[in-house]
Amino acid sequence: MARVVIFGSLRAYTDGVGEVEIAASTTRALLKELARRYPGLREVIEAGVSLAIDGEVFKEAWFTPIGEDSEVVVMPLMVGG
Amino acid sequence: MSKVHVSTTVNGDAVEFLCESDETLLDVLRDRLNLTGAKEGCGTGDCGACSVSLDGRLVCSCLVLGAEVEGSAIETVEGVATEDALHPIQRHLLENAALQCGICTPGIVVAAKALLQKHPDPTEEEVRYWLAGNLCRCTGYDKIIRAVLSAAAEMRGASA
Amino acid sequence: MTKQTFKILGSRPIRPDGVEKVTGKALFGADKSVSGMLHARILRSPHAHAEIVSIDTGKAEALAGVKAVITGDDFAPVENQETLYTMQNCMAQGRALYDGHAVAAVAATSRKIAGEALSLIEVRYKTLPHVTDVDEAMKPGAPLLHEGVKGRHLGDDVSGNTVSYCRFGHGDVEAGFAGADKIVERSFKTAAAHQGYIEPHACLADLGADGRGDLWCSTQGHYLVRETCAEIMQMEASQLRVTASEIGGGFGGKTTIFIEPVALMLSRKAGKPVKVVMNRDEVFRASGPTMSSSMDIKIGMRKDGKITAAQARLRYQGGAFPYEMVSMGAMSAFAAYDLEHVQTEGWDVMTNRPKMISYRAPGAPMAVYAVESVVDELCRTLELDPLDTRLKNAAREGVKSSYGPRFKAIGLVECLEAARAHPHYSAPLAANTGRGVSCGFWFNFGGQVSVSMAINTDGTVNLIEGNPDIGGSRASISMMAAEALGIPLGRVRTTIGDTASIGFSDTTDGSRVTFAVGIATINAANAAIREMCKRAAKIWEIDEDAVEWVDGAAQPAGHNAGDFPPMSLAEIAATSGKTGGPIAGHHEGAPDKAGVSFGVHLVDVEVDPETGFTAIKRYTAFQDAGKAIHPAYVEGQIQGGVVQGIGWALNEEYVYGTDGRLQNPGFLDYRIPVASDLPMIDAVIIEVPNPGHPFGVRGVGETSIVPPLAAVSNGVAQAIGQRLFELPMSPPKILKAIS
Repeated sequence: MARVVIFGSLRAYTDGVGEVEIAASTTRALLKELARRYPGLREVIEAGVSLAIDGEVFKEAWFTPIGEDSEVVVMPLMVGG
Repeated sequence: MSKVHVSTTVNGDAVEFLCESDETLLDVLRDRLNLTGAKEGCGTGDCGACSVSLDGRLVCSCLVLGAEVEGSAIETVEGVATEDALHPIQRHLLENAALQCGICTPGIVVAAKALLQKHPDPTEEEVRYWLAGNLCRCTGYDKIIRAVLSAAAEMRGASA
Repeated sequence: MTKQTFKILGSRPIRPDGVEKVTGKALFGADKSVSGMLHARILRSPHAHAEIVSIDTGKAEALAGVKAVITGDDFAPVENQETLYTMQNCMAQGRALYDGHAVAAVAATSRKIAGEALSLIEVRYKTLPHVTDVDEAMKPGAPLLHEGVKGRHLGDDVSGNTVSYCRFGHGDVEAGFAGADKIVERSFKTAAAHQGYIEPHACLADLGADGRGDLWCSTQGHYLVRETCAEIMQMEASQLRVTASEIGGGFGGKTTIFIEPVALMLSRKAGKPVKVVMNRDEVFRASGPTMSSSMDIKIGMRKDGKITAAQARLRYQGGAFPYEMVSMGAMSAFAAYDLEHVQTEGWDVMTNRPKMISYRAPGAPMAVYAVESVVDELCRTLELDPLDTRLKNAAREGVKSSYGPRFKAIGLVECLEAARAHPHYSAPLAANTGRGVSCGFWFNFGGQVSVSMAINTDGTVNLIEGNPDIGGSRASISMMAAEALGIPLGRVRTTIGDTASIGFSDTTDGSRVTFAVGIATINAANAAIREMCKRAAKIWEIDEDAVEWVDGAAQPAGHNAGDFPPMSLAEIAATSGKTGGPIAGHHEGAPDKAGVSFGVHLVDVEVDPETGFTAIKRYTAFQDAGKAIHPAYVEGQIQGGVVQGIGWALNEEYVYGTDGRLQNPGFLDYRIPVASDLPMIDAVIIEVPNPGHPFGVRGVGETSIVPPLAAVSNGVAQAIGQRLFELPMSPPKILKAIS
């Protein structure tokens, strides 16, 4: 089960829950499940989020594998200049 | 209003053109003579990207009218290198990685050449004040100053 | 990661586009002309906020030489909300939202005639109340920029101009503050700055009667330009070919579009190519400056220097359209610190100002300025060494960052220790001089890339990639290709393809090109190597697996495979026509694992008590580059960012009058640093390899703008014995403080 950490202001869509456990082997599957459990997050996820898997940031890829005991942090979509 | 007829010399070649009475030398060089080396960064003489040499004097071509250069000698960045070789200033800019985007580089080349013609052995401070009219946003000026100082040393015959 | 040795990486060859640039041959956005070309001028609102009641273009259209006139009515609605805002920023529809907002445009046979036509366009405005300050714009009852875009879950205590809210952090800051021996709580403001690229926006559009278009423009991302313009012009991507010119600076400011749809629409209407060039006034008023900010920071520290809690509230204004950027600042604010209790909140707000776009490290410099100023104040109050205190609290590998993920290998401690040991830190200080210190941080990311590499029959290589070169990346990419192939650097030529010649590439931003295009280049080289080994195997009549690539040549892998002398790349390429056809390697991908980049800056500043002028006496910048492919270009990135930060700290600001109009849209009064303002900038490259890149590369292009704001401010505070809380610290403001 991956441990998913949701950053502070997004907890408004999860009834204040900051950490959930989700069984998913790819980033896409994980985001789909997250949107299913918390419909309020769907818009944010569709607009785009980045994910940090065990500290490594992945900008927006769907099929990045997630390990059994990974920590996944949901972050705003990365931008640069 | 009819255009003004001008005969002048650009980079050693005799040149004739027609221009509006209110057209700048910069616009003439770029739009009528296809010499796009001089750049418009501001149009108000604040950035130095349009620097050219006019009768041996360093000027911002955006502050000179095309009509004013009748009978004059103009040197632009395109005239700095010889047929055979780059000018030492151009070489030292390359060797010192003293350009990034390169938009200010033509103005710097012309301005630095004018400096070294007048003061072949400038101090770092003198180089900085001379080039204060050439804005650069990429390099922070460090490598440009080093390049001009080492070019000056080579041109004086001293070891770099 | 074990230390690798390289043949080419780490050397300082001359850049391939260098001779063109020192001789004036290189073609930038405004340098291209084609026959039959028309010239355009854009009419811009003189009001900060106004309803456009009517626009009468009749007299302008009738002027001899005028071939097309357009307004917002010429642009059809688009589905994508982001694109709609971009389009309405390029040409107003219904309302002018800031001083300088485009309301009409003309294409004519000369720039002069186009300018005359502008004065014949009759616009009737009905002015509306305006707001330009971030805190004023957030207040309930403030003039509203757009309806219905207020950030979700925001209450009635903030106006409808507040488009987003974010919060990051962990722990319990109140508990943390309770454990502090000293708490400092301060509020800060920073003014908006412009990226200040010397080349104004310029493009040349040619939209033919067959619906196909060519667009030449100065941009950091020609694929992004194609996508957005195709959507706005209702064209298919393949029908619009965009070529990136050489770019005269961008720094984030050219990662969007401002004039390109205008050029395309005029070209469509006139049936001729149209050139659009912004003048400097337009660049300041109507391109994309950075945000201005209003921030509150509270940090608690124990007597021994340990930070017990840290809290930040950041309010940013980003101009006249909904946008999202404060989260980048909120994530960066405390990134350099290992904190048990931390919380950052951020709000993005709209105002009647030009639509913001990225500057280097967008959102981070302001936030870090405020945080590092408070850390400095705590150190001085508790009489602690600024670098030792930062070392004590420094983020390291394995630490949970203030924005969530745990750090992998990072180089902050190495930078701090290098600064501590450097002679600059212990040099004596002259009168009226202070020394300032600051950490800085930026994310890097990977993003999409396409690279194609052709092996020519004479043994040279042509590489095509899709990222405009803003820092010397063509040199570094050629170096990585030559290193991977094992051939001399001089045999590789890298060019940037147009959008029709190679697959998609993300924009040149986010400090991503050396990293991401580098990975694609190495992969493309490996693909070409595999093909060349196959050819050698065929020639030697041995198994493919029995051939390996060493030092630029194919050779049998061991004596059992056969006793053939190695075949160099040139030798294999020479017969490629007969062994199977042209040899090439390509790679398309979206690499991640870019890693983050930390920096530490030291600066000595001398403040003249009579004039308030601040001179930079000495500057040393330390930055973790992972692996510096071309050290001179890494130094160049560091030095450039440092000087932009110095300008932002001391002089650069957007000044608005009470009428909401920009008062200083020129280089005379928007004062960027000049050569005589500065000393040499010492750039010290630290290398803690990024495990996510084959050569250890980290992005370097942005981090260096983050520390200077606080470093200079902290130095000034020491020099004058008191602290300012607003940037820029221009001479009148310093004089006022010390009198």
